[in-house]
Amino acid sequence: MTPPPGSLLAAEDLHKTYGPTKALDGAEFSIHPGEVVAVMGPSGSGKSTLLHCLAGIVVPDSGSITYDGRELATMSDAQRSALRRSEFGFVFQFGQLVPELTCVENVALPLRLNGTSRKEAERAALTWLERLEVDDLAKKRPGEVSGGQGQRVAVARALVTRPRVLFADEPTGALDSLNGERVMELLTDAARSTNAAVVLVTHEARVAAYSDREIVVRDGRSRDMERIV
Amino acid sequence: MSIGHIGHTLLGLLESGPRHGYDLKRAFDEKFGHDRPLHYGQVYSTMSRLLKNGLVEVDGIEAGGGPERKRYAITEAGITDVDQWLATPEKPEPYLQSTLYTKVVLALLTHRDAADILDTQRAEHLRSMRILTDRKRKGDLADQLICDHALFHLEADLRWLELTAARLDKLREAVAR
Amino acid sequence: MSARRWAGDLGLGVKFGFTGGREGWGRLLLTAVGVGLGVALLLLTTAIPTALTVRHQREAARLDYTYSKPPAKSDATLVIADLDTTYRDKEVRGRLVEPEGPKAPLAPGLRSYPAPGEMVVSPALKRLLDSRDGALLRARLPYRVVGTIGESGLVGSQELAYYAGARDLAQHINGWQVARISAFGPPADQPEDKMDPVLILLVLVVFVVLLMPVAVFIAAAVRFGGERRDRRLAALRLVGSDSRMTRRIAAGEALAGSLLGLAFGTVFFLIGRQAAGGVEVMGISVFPDYLDPSPALALLVAVAVPAAAVLATLLARRGGGIEPPGVVRTARPARRRLWWRLLLPVAGLALLVPMIGQGRSHGNFNEYLVIGGVLLLLVGVTALLPWVVEAVVARLGRGAVSWQLAVRRLQLSSGTAARMVNGIAVAVAGAIALQMLFTGVEGDYSKETGVDLNRAQMQVRLSRGVSLDEAAGKFADVRGVRKVVAMGEASVGDTSWRSADGPRLSSQVTVGSCAALREVAKLPGCRDGDVFAVTGLGWDTDTPPLAEPGRRLHLDTSQGLDLSREVTWTVPHGLKRARAADAPNGLERGGFLLTPGAVPAQAAGAIVGQVYLSVDESVPEVHDLVRNTATDVDRFADVMVWTATQQSRQYASIRTGLLVGSVCVLVLIGASLLVSQLEQLRERRRLLSSLVAFGTRRRTLGLSVLWQTALPIALGLLLATAVGLTLGTVLLKMTDTPVGVDWPSVLTMTGIGAGIVIAVTLLSLPPLVRLMRPDGLRTE
Repeated sequence: MTPPPGSLLAAEDLHKTYGPTKALDGAEFSIHPGEVVAVMGPSGSGKSTLLHCLAGIVVPDSGSITYDGRELATMSDAQRSALRRSEFGFVFQFGQLVPELTCVENVALPLRLNGTSRKEAERAALTWLERLEVDDLAKKRPGEVSGGQGQRVAVARALVTRPRVLFADEPTGALDSLNGERVMELLTDAARSTNAAVVLVTHEARVAAYSDREIVVRDGRSRDMERIV
Repeated sequence: MSIGHIGHTLLGLLESGPRHGYDLKRAFDEKFGHDRPLHYGQVYSTMSRLLKNGLVEVDGIEAGGGPERKRYAITEAGITDVDQWLATPEKPEPYLQSTLYTKVVLALLTHRDAADILDTQRAEHLRSMRILTDRKRKGDLADQLICDHALFHLEADLRWLELTAARLDKLREAVAR
Repeated sequence: MSARRWAGDLGLGVKFGFTGGREGWGRLLLTAVGVGLGVALLLLTTAIPTALTVRHQREAARLDYTYSKPPAKSDATLVIADLDTTYRDKEVRGRLVEPEGPKAPLAPGLRSYPAPGEMVVSPALKRLLDSRDGALLRARLPYRVVGTIGESGLVGSQELAYYAGARDLAQHINGWQVARISAFGPPADQPEDKMDPVLILLVLVVFVVLLMPVAVFIAAAVRFGGERRDRRLAALRLVGSDSRMTRRIAAGEALAGSLLGLAFGTVFFLIGRQAAGGVEVMGISVFPDYLDPSPALALLVAVAVPAAAVLATLLARRGGGIEPPGVVRTARPARRRLWWRLLLPVAGLALLVPMIGQGRSHGNFNEYLVIGGVLLLLVGVTALLPWVVEAVVARLGRGAVSWQLAVRRLQLSSGTAARMVNGIAVAVAGAIALQMLFTGVEGDYSKETGVDLNRAQMQVRLSRGVSLDEAAGKFADVRGVRKVVAMGEASVGDTSWRSADGPRLSSQVTVGSCAALREVAKLPGCRDGDVFAVTGLGWDTDTPPLAEPGRRLHLDTSQGLDLSREVTWTVPHGLKRARAADAPNGLERGGFLLTPGAVPAQAAGAIVGQVYLSVDESVPEVHDLVRNTATDVDRFADVMVWTATQQSRQYASIRTGLLVGSVCVLVLIGASLLVSQLEQLRERRRLLSSLVAFGTRRRTLGLSVLWQTALPIALGLLLATAVGLTLGTVLLKMTDTPVGVDWPSVLTMTGIGAGIVIAVTLLSLPPLVRLMRPDGLRTE
């Protein structure tokens, strides 16, 4: 099956094994610019592996991943790192903010890795903190803010480089429903306003309900729910 | 004219071969009846409706007469009707399980793809949830609270769907026994 | 609080210490090795006083005082000759013995005296003579080995010593080299030898400087793996232990490490003790059983180390409560205050400063002040360093991402960083101060010799009456000898040397060929038979009045064999004048210069022959070839090697020892740094993975690890250098020695520190790369 035309990031027939376990066994995926796709599935089904492959963190054993017409599998580690720095953004469940850096420094970090000057990076970081309604935390350290606030800072950090694809791996996993939904609202609003595609790995239906489309991964195989109905 | 949930179930049960009315009742009670066994009257009235719609035909009548002595067989139209019924997701609403459960078991009994049924239902549920979520985002507090109530119920259904999907193999074994 | 609850909690902690799984064992082992090395060093230190006492007693027991009034010959006397020599760079204690009767005193360690032509040797000398290395020495000791000297007659396992039997020694008795004695041991009225105050100071400082980092290290060692332990303790809080209980359990864990460390330390000490038997430092070796720690001190170590570990843990946990996991809010810690931290080094200086300028001539330094002062200064380093790290790091921040990550990390936990580096800082500060002191004192000693090494490098002093010409000829034939200058030396006075007060005016006499005399003075012209009076020496005020032709002068025979005969010499009429020049031994010679033809026959016995040799140092074993020839010419000959480096070679071994010790301490500290670094990395595994996910370069993370180690160590070394130089300067001023900085050693120490930073970084890179794999991102 060829990826649908106009897709920004597409994967075909991905296989990946970790030792004896098959994490991915012929998974497929595609996403258009500005689209929010939820990746669901039971624990250990391979949804995180799929996300890691799509983001170029992990190289699949076989299969192809094309981003914007480029094949990820043939890129070097440094090229993929550079791609992640400039085109992708990431939000994880927890443990992603550098505890020593203040919130604004954390948000500025991806820009600084791209070579932006400190001042400029922190100015941009501050506007993103404002958009996520946590600009009052700018000078605090992650250890001093609540989980929901920290996650908003993480979203700000993921979006500060204006990525074209935002990867979110259980972004609300550690939050209560109210905080989780607020984070999801802010995340999807912000992503839509920058026309970023969002790959949202979650096991919560109410979080997945913020997506446009849903893909279920079972035993390493993906299923696009849109095509069933 | 709708033949109802029980009608489709009995129709599905006939797919494996012609049965007498009382056989059908016993099979239904065994697989789906649990706490609510069917009355003979229900079987009789349902079967006569199915007959009227051409979904079943009388295969033969045993000596002694009486409705329970008739043997029914499914028609081509009946099989198509079961197909359609199974493939159509139920409207997401609370307390759906009994219908969904019946559908899954019937699919397993008739060697159809039960996972498909679950996934279809899942997609339908999520679509409803998306709509509710969207309404919630645009609405006022009252809207939000009402939508949340529905969302939590749908989420429970969805969890059940997931759980059932994960246990399909076990269910297949149990049904085959 | 009942003792049973205490014991129970401590016991639980000990159990945790021993049941921490593979990782826990690794940490426990590291703690134990660290504490063990410290304990071994402490035990060794407690054993040193005993060892020195035993050594001193043995040394005293075999003293053969040759300066005291000689007893009359009897069947209970012994004639003994001191034939100490040097082989390569090792001293050989040599004695010729001739018992004069059956009741002659027996030297310690001997069963009987060897017959003439035979000798009894120390085990080390026997080994040396039997080996190929001993060939030249065998030639110098032409005696048959008939036995070995027992341990009671030796002061060290590596001592080279022999007693050789001889005949007709009595005729050589001269009161200093050959003497008649009736007993061994110090004479009853002999006052106790006083040690050089500067030497005592050195020893005190060495002890403090070596033990301080050990103490700091033990303190750090019991806290290895602190962060992980914190989490376990936090979990204990959750299941309901109160904060005191938790502290005691933590102390129990420290106790486990220190107890195992005690066991390790005992083993290390026993191994080290056995090894110490085969080692020689500064020409001093000991027997293993000398190194017997006094029971009281050993007990003190056994009690103090675990107690200190428990106390340190209890104190360290008093401030910071242990929170349940997950609720630790890393709030900014309170700022450290400076004043009491400054108080320590200032107090240390205050103790030392009053002793400035005391030098070696004003008696001993006050031990308590010295130890207290040095201790306070070094402890001051450990107190100041956390403040310095905090203060400096708080002002940093600009720079690359890797720099920012490291600096921010240090800002949050500067205490941990400083604690790890404390040991390094103390060791380096102490070592720098010691090196300065050594260099200063060493320069002091080598300056005193002041010999002109360009003209002669060896000097052989012959006994009276040995033919100079013959000796000169033999030396000239030795391979590697470039030039031989032979001269006779004596003293003259205006009256007899045997009178009560000795002569009022006295002068030197030098006898030699014209060529030899030209080495010590500028001669106007010279023929055999000439006599010169040296002029132009400010200090030589006696010569002009004595240099009157016709005046009868008395030769000094007081140290000669023949005290009965008065030998005189008349200043001849043909006396010439000569201008003084530097003599080969660096000492100007004044007085009279005589050519052989001018020496009266009866004066020969009063003249001591001196041979000055210029040798080619590149010829292997040239010194020992000369020594052998000297023994051949005159077995009582005294050979001296003039090298400014002879003194410094002794210090070189101390310096090497100090360097090795410091390197060991530094490497240990480096190991502990590495462990805490790895632990920290492991704890941040998820963070590292997510940083990699959004595209952080591995280089950036590697560099941040480097900065994180390098910054505190650089600050520590800087502070250590400052304190070390201060301490060194004060100590040098105390000994009244010119202050000079021994930059090579400063650079060496800082270089080693830098090396450790790099090693720790490099060693933590592979795990870092492993941890940066995406596995850390898995949510399951």
